[in-house]
Amino acid sequence: MDYPFDAIVVGAGGAGLWAALELAREGVNTAVLTKLYPTRSHTGTAQGGVCAALGNLEEDHWEWHMFDTVKGGDYLVDQDAAEVLAREAIETVIELEHMGLPFNRTPDGKIDQRRFGGHTSNYGEAPVRRACFAADRTGHMILQTLYQQCIKHGVKFFDEFGVVDLLFEGGEPDAGGRAAGVVAQRLADGQLHTFRAKAVLLATGGFGRMFRITSNAHSLTGDGVALCYRHGIPLQDMEFFQFHPTGIVGIGILLSEAARGEGGTLLNDLGERFMERYAPKLMELAPRDMVSRAMYQEIRAGRGIGGKDYLYLDVRHLGRKVIEEKLPDITDFARIYQGVEPLTEPIPVQPTAHYAMGGIPTNVSAEVTRDEKSTVVPGLFAAGECACVSVHGANRLGTNSLVDLLVFGRRAGRQMARYAGGVERPRPIPDAVEAVRAELEAIRTRPSSGESAAAIRTDLQDVMMDKVGVYRDGKMLTAALARVRELEARHDRISITDCGSVFNTELIEARELGYLLDIAHATVSGALARTESRGAHSREDYPERDDKKWLKHTLAYRGTDGPTLRYKDVSITRFEPKPRTY
Amino acid sequence: MNVDLRILRYDPERDKAPHWETYAVAADPMDRVLDLLIKVKAENDGSLSFRRSCGHGICGSDAMLINSRNRLACRIRVDQLGKKISVAPLPGLPVVKDLIVEMSGFFGKYRSVKPYLINDQPEPERERLQTQKDRARYDDTTKCILCAACTSACPSFWARPEYVGPAAIVQAHRFIFDSRDEGAAERLEILADENGVWRCRTIFNCVDACPRGINITRAILEVSSAIVGRRG
Repeated sequence: MDYPFDAIVVGAGGAGLWAALELAREGVNTAVLTKLYPTRSHTGTAQGGVCAALGNLEEDHWEWHMFDTVKGGDYLVDQDAAEVLAREAIETVIELEHMGLPFNRTPDGKIDQRRFGGHTSNYGEAPVRRACFAADRTGHMILQTLYQQCIKHGVKFFDEFGVVDLLFEGGEPDAGGRAAGVVAQRLADGQLHTFRAKAVLLATGGFGRMFRITSNAHSLTGDGVALCYRHGIPLQDMEFFQFHPTGIVGIGILLSEAARGEGGTLLNDLGERFMERYAPKLMELAPRDMVSRAMYQEIRAGRGIGGKDYLYLDVRHLGRKVIEEKLPDITDFARIYQGVEPLTEPIPVQPTAHYAMGGIPTNVSAEVTRDEKSTVVPGLFAAGECACVSVHGANRLGTNSLVDLLVFGRRAGRQMARYAGGVERPRPIPDAVEAVRAELEAIRTRPSSGESAAAIRTDLQDVMMDKVGVYRDGKMLTAALARVRELEARHDRISITDCGSVFNTELIEARELGYLLDIAHATVSGALARTESRGAHSREDYPERDDKKWLKHTLAYRGTDGPTLRYKDVSITRFEPKPRTY
Repeated sequence: MNVDLRILRYDPERDKAPHWETYAVAADPMDRVLDLLIKVKAENDGSLSFRRSCGHGICGSDAMLINSRNRLACRIRVDQLGKKISVAPLPGLPVVKDLIVEMSGFFGKYRSVKPYLINDQPEPERERLQTQKDRARYDDTTKCILCAACTSACPSFWARPEYVGPAAIVQAHRFIFDSRDEGAAERLEILADENGVWRCRTIFNCVDACPRGINITRAILEVSSAIVGRRG
């Protein structure tokens, strides 16, 4: 079936929902497509808070937030974008409160705020209370509140519709084509549909599922990112992937940085607060890349707990009241998934693959760009984790993912409304679904003796975890590249046992694996080329940051024989790069 | 350890009726039921279908009937269940395939209670103020993840599918008792309907099923009292 709309939003997490809300308020005929139900989106799992320089408890300024973001990102942040982020964080948080978000409150009834990693007062002096929160369920409350508002404003949802292709009119993007809609598969019956629109927003989230140990949902397979890549749009800064310090050992479920923001400590086997040696000023509240590296070094030096590959997060001294009122969910996670009682025992933790700083390149209006001159692809937008504005540079600060999706989701919706008001709706595209139908049929009808998606996925997750993790070097990355190519070849021979149409989740997973392979290939290539250490990209064979050579963004273009890499300048407006110490 | 995992299978394109299949699965006592389902799908039968996303009890995708109780598959461990585990779709909702049930009716009821802040006053420049006590008043019901474990465990819902159900009442409660909201009268009118709160027989199945530990029956009683108070 062919559905004509004026705007399409792909993905119903925070960025997609806020964009949809703006579009609905402007009266633009909009559809939201999600492969889940909106309330299942991964925004809901964000725990600790959303930073905005409200200054409710102590002095704070958006300029400080901007500086922290730039420094936290190891100066690869585009500073024009960081300024937008820090300024508009304030009004978006206030607007969320007006929408009904149940923030925790100060004794005088204002939004409560707490400390978070890398967020400081007066350009790096000391931790500042900037993160606005609702217990340790801030993301859940954001997702619920935005969905509630979308219902109030009559937004049209297509739940459990997986987007499997992007449509363009007037040629592919590199030939100047404009976005014309998407092809989506209705999971309930497997049918393919076209959704035609003037403006298309990709808000499909991250792709942490390419790693074995990750905090990311099973559904985070980078669908929108890979589809852009397949249509000739480059992927930016893919070599920067954040490992969060405190994941549950073995399974990667996140224990929020809020635990450290409230005063929790990290301990090694000797009972030492080892962060003293790595970040004497901010200690456990240093940025995540630094804390994760410190943990790896402790483990390598034999100071992991019992000599093993994990350390302790200790919240016992915070007392029952703080733990139960401000950290209830993560306490529950420790009890359920590790059988540990945080009131009386330290919690075993290890770094977990958490967040993609890279993604689809966009400008500050969330318009997708396709080259080093930031040429806009008309009608195509991206926001949230799938996008790279870039406000996170080489390493994202805690809470800034929520700030990013709120600020740029809102901007995307507004810009889409303006854009859609000035152009004609694309004409129906004959045979729009045929290319993707053929790809899906090839998998479905191949004899069942082929390769298994589950086995290839496990192999991919292993190689990415072991060779493209917290620490990398040329040898590891070269081996990883060869392995990814081999897995791509195996993916071409994939077969499945489910021949049905109704909720063929085996077919969906096989396709999602293809997205992850594309993304992994771009990630490894970018990492191998970048011969420096910056933020989350840490090369043991090139341990220093090299601004002369590498203060630039990577753009990876998909080619028949692997990615081609090009580079784009970083926007520097207020803060000249300096050595990064905490 | 080895677990006998019984799963109620149903493929509408092949089967006339649901049937049980048993899989012998090697499991760690700390594995969750979701881990076992993923394992069966990877190693035994790729066509096994179930919803899952976050994998740690926040997204609400994988509510199902596990050893005769509604639970999230990602939150219940093998060592809590023993060596014989049975898994079936949520009761009381139409089965689409295997462990996947039709959710549109459930979300329709959620929408019917006006689950959004209603307040037509002009917005202040900064946040509206709310005391810590007023914020605590509705904290419990903000935890709901709309997984449907409560509603599909409710005998009153089984007997009368038109009943709005515990989850929708929880969502209404979250706003009715929020000091910033002015829509209580509209919602109480909806919930005073013959398919509203009076269908609750305080059986407490919902409380038992809720993976978020929400005291649902208490929330329903508070809404009922508000309706009575309004009429008095």
